[in-house]
Amino acid sequence: MAKSARRKQLDQAALVPLEWVEERTGLVGGVKFFLFRNVPRDVNWMQTLGAATLTAFLVQATTGVFLAMYYKPDPNSAYESIQNITNEVTLGWLVRGMHKWGASLFIILMFLHMGRTFLFGAYKYPRELNWIIGVLLLVTGMAEGFTGYLLPWDQTAYWATVVGININATAPIAGPFIAQFLQGGAQIGPDALAKFYSLHMLVIPGGLMAMIVLHMYLVVRLGVTSPPWSPVAAGRKRDEEQPAGYAEYRQGLIREHSAGEEE
Amino acid sequence: MNDTQDDTTHSGHSLWPIGFSIGIAVLLVGLVISWPAMLVGAGLAIVFGLLWIRDASRSHTPVDSAPAHELVGDTPSPERAAAEAEHLETYGRAGFLTLATIGLGGVIGAGVVLPSLGFAVLPSFTGEGVATRDVDLGPITNFPEGTFVITTFLANPLEGDVSRRTAYIRNNGLSKEKEPSFTIIYSRCVHLGCPVQPNGPKFEDKAVKYKDVSLTPVQPAGFGCPCHGGAYDTEGNRTAGPPVRSLDRYAFSIVNGHLVLGKHFSVGTVEGTGAEARISRYRQAYPGVHVDGIERWLYPIPVPGS
Repeated sequence: MAKSARRKQLDQAALVPLEWVEERTGLVGGVKFFLFRNVPRDVNWMQTLGAATLTAFLVQATTGVFLAMYYKPDPNSAYESIQNITNEVTLGWLVRGMHKWGASLFIILMFLHMGRTFLFGAYKYPRELNWIIGVLLLVTGMAEGFTGYLLPWDQTAYWATVVGININATAPIAGPFIAQFLQGGAQIGPDALAKFYSLHMLVIPGGLMAMIVLHMYLVVRLGVTSPPWSPVAAGRKRDEEQPAGYAEYRQGLIREHSAGEEE
Repeated sequence: MNDTQDDTTHSGHSLWPIGFSIGIAVLLVGLVISWPAMLVGAGLAIVFGLLWIRDASRSHTPVDSAPAHELVGDTPSPERAAAEAEHLETYGRAGFLTLATIGLGGVIGAGVVLPSLGFAVLPSFTGEGVATRDVDLGPITNFPEGTFVITTFLANPLEGDVSRRTAYIRNNGLSKEKEPSFTIIYSRCVHLGCPVQPNGPKFEDKAVKYKDVSLTPVQPAGFGCPCHGGAYDTEGNRTAGPPVRSLDRYAFSIVNGHLVLGKHFSVGTVEGTGAEARISRYRQAYPGVHVDGIERWLYPIPVPGS
């Protein structure tokens, strides 16, 4: 059925501004390239774990930005400001809850995503570098957890951080310096709270975001892996030119394999 | 054009960057330890940096000066030679500008980044928190002989209550040399720094206050850590659990009849008890860090301010 004139007009109303942007930036094409990539025919639900981790990170970033509007990183008012967020500020309980539970979810999803990558063999050539970036993301993400844990400034937060810093201090040679840097002196004190806040909301998230961009660039560039049980060849078509004897070699493998099964 | 020609231009895997990074590492370590080490590091970084730049610019030269006629495979006419000379000059300038841009950008970047990094890192090693201050714990008559007293005090009153520390103090009376003796055990577990508790009855009714200091007599059979089950005897020697040394102690002095807390130090082991105890004393170390035995070589650099 042909589109009505009205419908065409509506389409135009949506497309004209998009074309205006596209002509000047090429961004629409870029977004299409990013979103409508070819993926293997038999992708698995497990392969959504990376996107789920990214979503968890975005939740943390969004809620964190707004929590920063009400939180006061000062030993005298940190605890009260958290109580204020939880009990007084409208919807504060919800946003703080999202940030608190989302933090655990983020870490759990990172581990699940890593497990999927490992079991699917998605860390192998040519994706080794993306595995390495992923490991760095895992460490950085856990550093987010460690620095965020101090901020409520209650007994749990304080002693967990004391223990955490002392665990850092037991590292050979560099350990005592890392510990001294983190606690801002010979003992953990007010400087540590401000420092952890700055690390938690500025330094580490900046690093995380940069690495996430790299991680996703490599995912887009290298493509998505097929599951290991996939009969479909992953990625580009095989090169027409194969090494001499490759076909016979491959045939030999298959024949031996099936002969073995028949026994 | 052939591949071998191409390869020669990339062959320069130089060792200078490694020397340069070692220089930077020494410089950073020197920032923490000592000025001479820092100067050595800076010298190394500059020398190897210059060598690296020289090497990098030299490895460009084969490309620049590769005579075009060899690649094309004919003899140059004078006009061609002149054109080549002109072209080479242009290319040299482009290379120079590239290096100059990278170099200047690097210098400007370093000028911004190094002071910022120093500002972020160094105060932890030079600031208020590093200095140890003597704490007045009040008249020694508040410490009955032979009894442990749970003493809480502010290590740094400027920082407020977050600097409240606890020490278990026992007046040992006079030693053989007729000198006053106190056992002053710091409450932080030397496993990972949780607060160690005295295992025994507290006498809250006999508690005393002196300014910010609170004193509560206690009769411990030993000390125990709630976090991971570290246990110590009344001299602070480990009896069970994960700790790697004996509980830290404080030095003390007696000024005008007041007990004054001095330097915090770490303890390998304590032999004997009370006034006759022989304490193997070490610089203050973080919990979990070995101060004696072969493992101490893993922690060669003393903690600043210890």
